[in-house]
Amino acid sequence: MTFPMAAAQIIPQGVDYVRILPEIILSAFGIVVMLLDPLVDEEKSQKTLGMIAFVGTIAGLLSTWYMAQSPGLAFSNMVRVDSFSVFFHFLVIAIAAVVILSSFEYMAVQKIRAGEYYALILFGVVGMALMSSAVELVLIFIALEISSISTYILTGFRRNEASSSESSLKYFLLGSFATAFFLYGVALMFGATGSTNFDLISQKLQAGPVQVLVYVAMALMFVGLGFKVAAAPFHIWTPDVYEGAPAPIVGFMSTAPKAAAFAVLLRVVYAINAPGRFWLIWVAAALSMTLGNVGALVQTNVKRLLAYSSIAHAGYLLAAFAMTTPENSASGISAAMFYTAAYAAMNVGAFAVVTHFANAGERYVTLEDFEGLGRTSPLLAATLTIFLLSLIGIPMTGGFFAKFYVFSAAVKADLIWLTIIGVINSAVGAYYYLRIIVVMYMRDARKEVPVTPIPFGLGVALAVSVIATLYLGMLPNRVLQYTQQSAQDLLLQPPSQAASASQTAPVVAIPGN
Amino acid sequence: MSTDHLSSYILSLVTFVPLAGALLLMLLPRRDRDIRIFSLVISLLTFVLSLHLPVYFHRGQAGFQYEVNNQWITTPNIHYHMGVDGISLWLVVLTTFLTPLCVLISWKSVHDRVKEFFIILLILETALIGVFTSLDLFLFYFFWEATLIPMALLIGIFGHERKVYAAVKFFMYTMIASVFMLAAILWLYAQTHSFDFVEIRDQIGRGGVPNFPAAAQWLFLGFFLAFAVKVPLFPFHTWLPDAHVEAPTAGSVLLAGVLLKMGTYGMLRFNLGLFPEQSRHNAPWIMVLALIGIIYGALVAMVQPNMKKLIAYSSVSHLGFVVLGIFSFTQAGLNGAMFVMLAHGVSTGGLFMLAGILHERRHTYEISEFGGLASPMPVYAASYLFIVLASVGLPLMNGFIGEFLVLTGAFQDRAIYGILAATGVIWSAGYLLWMYQRVFYGKVTHAVNNSMRDMIGFEKAAVWPCAVAALVMGVAPILWLGAIDPAVQAALKPFTQVVSQVVGQ
Repeated sequence: MTFPMAAAQIIPQGVDYVRILPEIILSAFGIVVMLLDPLVDEEKSQKTLGMIAFVGTIAGLLSTWYMAQSPGLAFSNMVRVDSFSVFFHFLVIAIAAVVILSSFEYMAVQKIRAGEYYALILFGVVGMALMSSAVELVLIFIALEISSISTYILTGFRRNEASSSESSLKYFLLGSFATAFFLYGVALMFGATGSTNFDLISQKLQAGPVQVLVYVAMALMFVGLGFKVAAAPFHIWTPDVYEGAPAPIVGFMSTAPKAAAFAVLLRVVYAINAPGRFWLIWVAAALSMTLGNVGALVQTNVKRLLAYSSIAHAGYLLAAFAMTTPENSASGISAAMFYTAAYAAMNVGAFAVVTHFANAGERYVTLEDFEGLGRTSPLLAATLTIFLLSLIGIPMTGGFFAKFYVFSAAVKADLIWLTIIGVINSAVGAYYYLRIIVVMYMRDARKEVPVTPIPFGLGVALAVSVIATLYLGMLPNRVLQYTQQSAQDLLLQPPSQAASASQTAPVVAIPGN
Repeated sequence: MSTDHLSSYILSLVTFVPLAGALLLMLLPRRDRDIRIFSLVISLLTFVLSLHLPVYFHRGQAGFQYEVNNQWITTPNIHYHMGVDGISLWLVVLTTFLTPLCVLISWKSVHDRVKEFFIILLILETALIGVFTSLDLFLFYFFWEATLIPMALLIGIFGHERKVYAAVKFFMYTMIASVFMLAAILWLYAQTHSFDFVEIRDQIGRGGVPNFPAAAQWLFLGFFLAFAVKVPLFPFHTWLPDAHVEAPTAGSVLLAGVLLKMGTYGMLRFNLGLFPEQSRHNAPWIMVLALIGIIYGALVAMVQPNMKKLIAYSSVSHLGFVVLGIFSFTQAGLNGAMFVMLAHGVSTGGLFMLAGILHERRHTYEISEFGGLASPMPVYAASYLFIVLASVGLPLMNGFIGEFLVLTGAFQDRAIYGILAATGVIWSAGYLLWMYQRVFYGKVTHAVNNSMRDMIGFEKAAVWPCAVAALVMGVAPILWLGAIDPAVQAALKPFTQVVSQVVGQ
């Protein structure tokens, strides 16, 4: 009696593969790029490989849509497709597509060989996509590693630059350390609950009193994920790594892996479902906002400045779920999701501009180099201004609604002090973003900085980012509705039902989408 | 098209025509002349459209008119809710009136990056109108913040020597203050589940907002701080002289003429409208700050060697009158405050344009650089005198009506307020007329000033409408007060109720 059941559970069904279709397709394209790389001409084929990777991401987006048609659990309850994971799939793959587009020119200018570069982006995306749909801690760990190892290598891609190698090594060593914390957390959670599956963990936790061990496990996992999202006090690596890494990769790693790590964090926090204030997250949020903004005030290198800004933004995001009560969970989750999307649009765009402007060897990345850009290249300056205004959180841009939703969620959760810290910080933050706008428009160039015309691929990437930023700023309704739907999905998964069902039936589709 | 039909979306039209113009302007080729003409046409069109508002306004009615209320974002519950009453009506018209004049005064004086200049100017106009027309707190905040960027850019790109410092100071001051308002708005939303001004006001009035008494003082201060920096109320005024001195003429005109009124309008609409009890409670120290502003602003204006700084400090003084009138909670005081806002917009706008004309010719605002200008520039001198007299508060000119009403209100509230404020009127006559004397009378002190050209056509076209408006407002204030008065009465209703309750018991 039990045997066929167990067999059915182990042998994956057709629909299981549909539920990881984007991952399969992206991996396939990544392998194709890698295999083609040694066969084709070293000089001429760079762009072709990039195009293949780009087509891969488009196929990934289409397959995400296809995957969304069949929500449910797959592979012995390790993967869950719901609107939450679909959202993050879409987000990280779209980020990769834009980053690949903005890399074409960069690779040619910096004379970097392209093959592994595009393949690694694709593999990284596979890991991130999987992070958002995994509902099993060990699978999450594996996905985290896939994404992290790809990014470790990508940060070191400017091989001739010492700073790039430094960046890669630093990121790798500290990153491994942080992952170890996460793994400890997983182990302790398993010790406390006897399972690594979210549904079973949640069921177990609801059944009896929560042990201290669970809190320790939670804290350790938060350390690991906090590192990935560059939240203070685990942020020390960020400025150095961002400064050394190739500019398009910084755009990538400051958004996509962060989004994925936030997806995991959201799943963990709400699966553990311990109502009350998470002091750990509260402190991390307040610290990240403050340290990030204060650090950014004194930067003169634009990449470092944006690195500190990304720490600050991680702080705002954390404020959305520093407190979980049954009433405000949905608004917190949806605010956080909206924020990741808006932040992705503006930050990828900003780094695309920096990528283009930096020129060979990333020579032009200081504030001084941006002087007079409003005159020498009005279009580039206007585009960067839109992204910066969005980062400040000015109305009409995605960044405004993102901050607005996050702070409303925080107020709703009675986190008045955190909100006040947040709004003061966002005012402080306005200063350093404004500095870039000021030097672009209000100062005359003191040195000759060549500005090359915007190539087609980058133009498309910039257009997509600008449209996304403004769309989220003016008509946020549809995205917001989707995130709210996702929040409901995430919260309403009745753990007991799903878990008990998993013991009797191999694959359970979640009823009603 | 029937007027009823037009009335239903006239506010959206007035608000967004300048923005549409700015977007079209982006597509135009960089031929400066065409760009100037196009901006003038757009701003005049906006002005003509905005005249629909007073013409078809039902005077004597208190509530909001020309209302539009559509759902914009479902969750959170944000509405595209617009409407004007007698208070905001005239501020909209003031904005649309001043913008074409700004285009004219910038006709010759802006020759670098002309396209950007007019794009920014038109975007600024949309944001300013939006502030006065929106009745949804969220929408209000949206436009409120949206005024910041174009204004900072106007100062920072097209300003004078220390433009960057002034632009950043302006931006940071107002930005930091307004985030407190955002926090207060968020709190209100969390408790009432609405951003709608009318609905929140009614809920507060019914006492239906949980935890309101405990938080009310903080909410009041959150809103008040944002507005006080904008006004600017002493001691938050230090950004204003810098911003004015460095701003291009058009920037100064809109800054003094309209932007400062956003602050006083906000106090009148939101501080008084949402928190009547706290307004009453906090009025004494606010009135003291307003009085300090009136006197201190006037005294500092007296000793300024720089003409633009002098006018800037005179704004601090005049806006003190407005705040004094608002927090006197008397009908005369509020009517006067509204009237001073409009009068100050017209006459100080005119003064800044006139100062800009001098700067255009001599590239300096130093009063000592001029002297005896009346002989080489007779038309200019006459126009200047006219506007100065309006600003000083000569009877039959617009400044007089407003200040008189405010003083009446202040006396009704407490005599000492009226007495102290009345000295402000004397001071203002002192510093403006003294400045006028030094610049225009006597012999020409600097030889270069002998060959200075008198006002040219564009400049006349920009300044004279201000002069005419100043005179008409002074002679027939009822045209304006007819719409203002019922709105003011409605705004005072909670206060008279508070009084009658106290008296009745």
